[in-house]
Amino acid sequence: MARSWTRRAFLRAMGAGTAALSLSAVWPFGLKAQEPVRIGAVYPLSGGLARTGAAIKATLEFTARIVNEPHPQLAPIPLAEGAGLTGLGGRPIELVFADSAGDPATGRAEAERLIEEEGVVALCGAYQSSVTKTASIPAEARGIPFVNFESSSPTLTERGFKWFFRTGPHDGVFTRLFFDMFDDLNARGQTIKRLAVLSEDSEWGASAVEVEKQLAAERGYEIVAVEMYTTPPASLDAELLRLRDANPDALLGHQYLPGAILVVQTLKEMGWFPPGLVVHDAGYVLPDFLKTVGADGNYIISRATWALALQERKPLVKAVNDLHKERVGTNLDGVTARGFTGLITLADAINRAGSTEPEAIRQALVETNIPGEALIMPWKGVEFDEKGQNKHASGVMVQILEQQYKLVWPFDLAETEIVWPAPGWGER
Amino acid sequence: MELLGQALISGLLNGLVYSLIALGLSLIWGVMDIVNFAHAEYLMLAMFLTYWLWALAGLDPLLSLPIVVPVLFLLGVGTYHAVIRRIVEAPMVSQIFTTFGLFLVLRYGAFALWGTEFRKVEDPLLEGSLLLGPFHVSVPKLAAALAALLVFLALHLFLTRTKTGKALQATAQDREVALSLGIDVQRMYALAWGLGIASVGVAGVFLTTFYFVEPQVGTAFLLLAFASVTLGGFGTVLGALVGGVSIGLLEGVFGALVSPTFKLAFVFVVFILVLLLRPRGLLGEA
Repeated sequence: MARSWTRRAFLRAMGAGTAALSLSAVWPFGLKAQEPVRIGAVYPLSGGLARTGAAIKATLEFTARIVNEPHPQLAPIPLAEGAGLTGLGGRPIELVFADSAGDPATGRAEAERLIEEEGVVALCGAYQSSVTKTASIPAEARGIPFVNFESSSPTLTERGFKWFFRTGPHDGVFTRLFFDMFDDLNARGQTIKRLAVLSEDSEWGASAVEVEKQLAAERGYEIVAVEMYTTPPASLDAELLRLRDANPDALLGHQYLPGAILVVQTLKEMGWFPPGLVVHDAGYVLPDFLKTVGADGNYIISRATWALALQERKPLVKAVNDLHKERVGTNLDGVTARGFTGLITLADAINRAGSTEPEAIRQALVETNIPGEALIMPWKGVEFDEKGQNKHASGVMVQILEQQYKLVWPFDLAETEIVWPAPGWGER
Repeated sequence: MELLGQALISGLLNGLVYSLIALGLSLIWGVMDIVNFAHAEYLMLAMFLTYWLWALAGLDPLLSLPIVVPVLFLLGVGTYHAVIRRIVEAPMVSQIFTTFGLFLVLRYGAFALWGTEFRKVEDPLLEGSLLLGPFHVSVPKLAAALAALLVFLALHLFLTRTKTGKALQATAQDREVALSLGIDVQRMYALAWGLGIASVGVAGVFLTTFYFVEPQVGTAFLLLAFASVTLGGFGTVLGALVGGVSIGLLEGVFGALVSPTFKLAFVFVVFILVLLLRPRGLLGEA
């Protein structure tokens, strides 16, 4: 009997023993090892947008931890209270990141790799609309859900894709917000009727202008002038001269940073400021903008996807942001708050699917219905329409006052009173 | 009518700034037949130098003029001796790639040194606008335009009234003959680079009072500078002036009266017409 242990049996026993030991070190109380549910995430982790990509990655990892570990203090948020995906026996989620380098072709190749080689059950990403557009193609072809959190091109949900979902708002939604705000202001006794538009002329600006024209016609506003220019402009004198000549009640703007700075500079030189300068964030919300134009940037009103000031009215925003600040070191912002909400939505769908079968997850996404109280966003909820767009996705408006972005609309969430009409240069 | 007046004023002022930027390009081409693709990067360097003098030493752009312009002059001479001297006799393709390489080195060097941030001088001495009847005249642009006129006048006097200026002109007309007459051609080339880069330095200083500073700031102006030089006539100093002002007026007036969207289209339609009818440019000599 002395040689009853064969070498193979011995090795097997040793292997099992070592595995058991190492597992018990990770999962105390002798719980069975839980295979994580893998979710692919394509983001620009290198190149010009690397800083944005890194910020998103940190927040998504933070979000995964909230799903995977119990956080009863964040209770209304789906999956915060328990540990892991309770619908799948408590399995944790694991994010598998891939670097798009900000490039549509690379993004698509990485999405393919995540599906083929990493065995992810769903994909998310990719920040830039152009990369989201390509990275979602392999997901559609192979029947894997792709959930986008933060790309704003309206066309993404107009492609008839079956596996594509977007939790955040698109540019069309924001433009609608402009008109909602004008309606509210008119109801308060302002006269806003004649609008003018100054836009850069790339895909983003040109498509936004079309939406504005269409909505203005539908909502009874008049577009009295539209001027487009190529970025970077050497001067905007002729453009703003014509716009001043049209004498609009509000000037709508889509500018990247060079244009945004030049608009302020030129308006000041011309001694003209429209009653309202209402802009799509972009160049107007980068830190460099206010640093460059200083107090001359005051009274500009911009769309925003989110504002930290929401925490005044929504305790949940404060709870999540405080934890984020503690663990990640930064406040949430418009991009990362959308990322947080998007990943929670996706995890919630996988959880309700009770399976990692793509079709089951897709079905659960279609049936998603998260109420506004469970969100850190200024939305009424998350519920997808037949195109995969969250029909409640919305935003807020901020105004630069004393060189700070202040939440001014919707009026019931505002932290301070909106200044309309803006004072002229001489009265500041 | 008010619109037209305002458009004329700002078109003229912008045009003079364009022509000042174009001047150095024209001078260097005229004297030694080299197209300097890095020209707008020297504008960027002048703007950064002006900005840092303001940010670190509190020097107003206007007061930094006596520092920035000599530094840019030396930079131009230095560039000539370090790089350009070696390619004077080289085929045109080599010359193009050399100055293009210089462009890349300067731009990405600026990125490496100062990052992608946008910067602007706050509260310069030249600020705001004058009211001339119903018209707003931007003070910094007016100053820049006057400076451009002064630089053109000074350069014109230098070229026509001084011995060195005449030697420079002789070198431009015929290198071999100039050499045989005992003109130090190398020195003339270095001088052309010095003056060319110094004049874009003047433009940089004034531009800093009404435009932001960043490593890619040259992009917006390089094409306009090339168009000014070609339109006015490659190699003539006055041509750069006429070309720059024409472009400023065309984009300003047509932009305001017809549509700013097509302001550059108007400029380049006229540009193509001039080249078709008068390939040497408005003032160029056959």
